Amino acid sequence: MATQHSRSAARIMMAPAVFLLLVWMLVPLCMTLWFSVRSYLPLRGGDQGFVGLENFSRFITSSAFWPAVQTTLIIVGGVLVISIVLGVLLAILLDQPMWGQGVVRILVIAPFFVMPTVTALVWKNMFMDPTNGMFAHLWRFFGADPVVWLTDASVLSIIVIVSWQWLPFATLILLTAIQSLDSEQLEAAEMDGANPVARFFFIALPHLSRAITIVILIQTIFVLAVFAEIFVTTGGAFGTRTLTYLIYQRVLESQNVGLGSAGGVYAIILANIVAIFLMRIVGKNLDN
Amino acid sequence: MGHITLKQVTKSFGEVQVIPPLDLEINDGEFVVFVGPSGCGKSTLLRLIAGLEDVSSGEITIDGRAATEVPPAKRGLAMVFQSYALYPHMTVRKNIAFPLRMAKLDIAEQNKRVEAAAKVLNLTDYLDRRPGQLSGGQRQRVAIGRAIVREPAAFLFDEPLSNLDAALRVNMRLEISELHQTLDTTMIYVTHDQVEAMTMADKIVVLHAGVIEQVGSPLELYHEPRNKFVAGFIGSPKMNFVEGEEAVKLNAKCIGIRPEHIGVSLESGDWKGTVGVSEHLGSDTFLRIKMPGVQEHMTVRVGGEFGARHGDTVYLTPDRSKLHRFDAQGLRIA
Ligand SMILES: Nc1ncnc2c1ncn2[C@@H]1O[C@H](COP(=O)(O)OP(=O)(O)OP(=O)(O)O)[C@@H](O)[C@H]1O
Ligand SMILES: [Mg+2]
Repeated sequence: MATQHSRSAARIMMAPAVFLLLVWMLVPLCMTLWFSVRSYLPLRGGDQGFVGLENFSRFITSSAFWPAVQTTLIIVGGVLVISIVLGVLLAILLDQPMWGQGVVRILVIAPFFVMPTVTALVWKNMFMDPTNGMFAHLWRFFGADPVVWLTDASVLSIIVIVSWQWLPFATLILLTAIQSLDSEQLEAAEMDGANPVARFFFIALPHLSRAITIVILIQTIFVLAVFAEIFVTTGGAFGTRTLTYLIYQRVLESQNVGLGSAGGVYAIILANIVAIFLMRIVGKNLDN
Repeated sequence: MGHITLKQVTKSFGEVQVIPPLDLEINDGEFVVFVGPSGCGKSTLLRLIAGLEDVSSGEITIDGRAATEVPPAKRGLAMVFQSYALYPHMTVRKNIAFPLRMAKLDIAEQNKRVEAAAKVLNLTDYLDRRPGQLSGGQRQRVAIGRAIVREPAAFLFDEPLSNLDAALRVNMRLEISELHQTLDTTMIYVTHDQVEAMTMADKIVVLHAGVIEQVGSPLELYHEPRNKFVAGFIGSPKMNFVEGEEAVKLNAKCIGIRPEHIGVSLESGDWKGTVGVSEHLGSDTFLRIKMPGVQEHMTVRVGGEFGARHGDTVYLTPDRSKLHRFDAQGLRIA
């Protein structure tokens, strides 16, 4: 991009993509903003005109709002903790030379390719079913009463399902990071008297910090929007109603597009707060 | 203290034996340099001593104690790696203090030793920087600093200067030599740089395909190489080898003469040849000379300037007292 000419050529070439992206993002965003200030009840009279910020105050004062925010944050946090802790361990394991490494790596990545709906169905019916699920059999084998996962430990169940889906992603990113760790650094630490645990905490983990922040950033943005897993398993019952799910219920179950749109705007704000917060951490980490 | 003995040490990677049985004795306080061509096993030998690789058979003793089974951290040796292997996320201070922290020394003592090392190595102004913010020479010094705070029985260096530019290399070479004088600790130094080996070493170990070809002081190797390999490897430019008629005259398979031991004249001499390339360095002139009946070019060093050009005919006279004769096995005939 050195000359004036090549720069303007580059702009022209990028224009269609930029235009498409803008339309793609801006049209739904504008529609959301538009509906959020109107009373729009498709089955009960349609668009009933401008109502100011009424939708916003109603959404936030509804008894379901704060629990939904809380649930959302618990699920995001839980998934992050599980996928990063297990991801680091798995990455270290997969980095060890072993027989059939290639196949094992592909198997570990596999869950990422399964659609969320399918994942949720598999977990619901194969593992967590209180009569025929694998866990139920396992519990009975040890003489315990099977746990009714999706009602008694519903949030945990959702966290487990979503973590299972995102663990491969975390593992993959962390594995590439671990592979880039200079082996001489580890040897130097070994000569310096660091035992394996110290080597992990003083050398490997700091080396992974950048990859970990990237995993946190990307996963947070995607997990905030988790929907299919909840829809298929609990349907938002038993305290698993996240912000996304609440918006869905407002729009489709209560047929209140205006109220749902206001929720959408809150979700955008929440996601941005989280994103700005994370960007600063990532920025700090990427600087050095 | 730092007396290291290797007894019948071998190392194989899978089927390949990289180090055949090898004996070596390194005395306390000695500066020992391992030299040899690339891939001859210098680094492997150093890593065996460090404990970063397990020996396949044989024994290593450090200060009279069997060290073969001792893990690297417990051998009391410190190593400086070619890539420096500094910890990028720690400041210089923390890098240098790391071995002390692992040894659980109290903070005051840690600081005292770090400051002392930084003073010796001129790093005091850089203690709060990260390795990424240092120049190559400074990083090298940090790596050395991390080694000296442990007060090891011996230092191991694996080509520590090969990433530095020529001027800096000369500087660091002198600094390491000086460090050796002040600390008086055993140092084992791997290099494939002739000059480093000749100038720094008390004792040079010449390796070739994992085998020790000769051990001796730099001048011993220069004046009395045990065989053709050592003769060709030590000295720069390389020794010239002449086979055939000239060698047979002296009862040898091959004769060797260093470039600096050949006289050149435009009028008369023992051997006649034509100049291929002449390199004028000001202080010296190097001539590459093609002689009829001799396979390779002869390299000749003439002090000062010498006015010979490509294609000129010159006469060479080797200094008979400095000639080396080699038998059919390549061993030097005394
Ligand atoms: N981990 C390993 N597995 C298999 N072979 C190895 C391994 N490490 C070294 N080798 C082999 O051992 C031989 C000696 O290697 P080494 O690294 O000691 O050479 P070197 O003398 O240090 O060479 P250089 O001057 O290029 O650093 C080489 O032929 C190399 O291919
Ligand atoms: Mg090497």
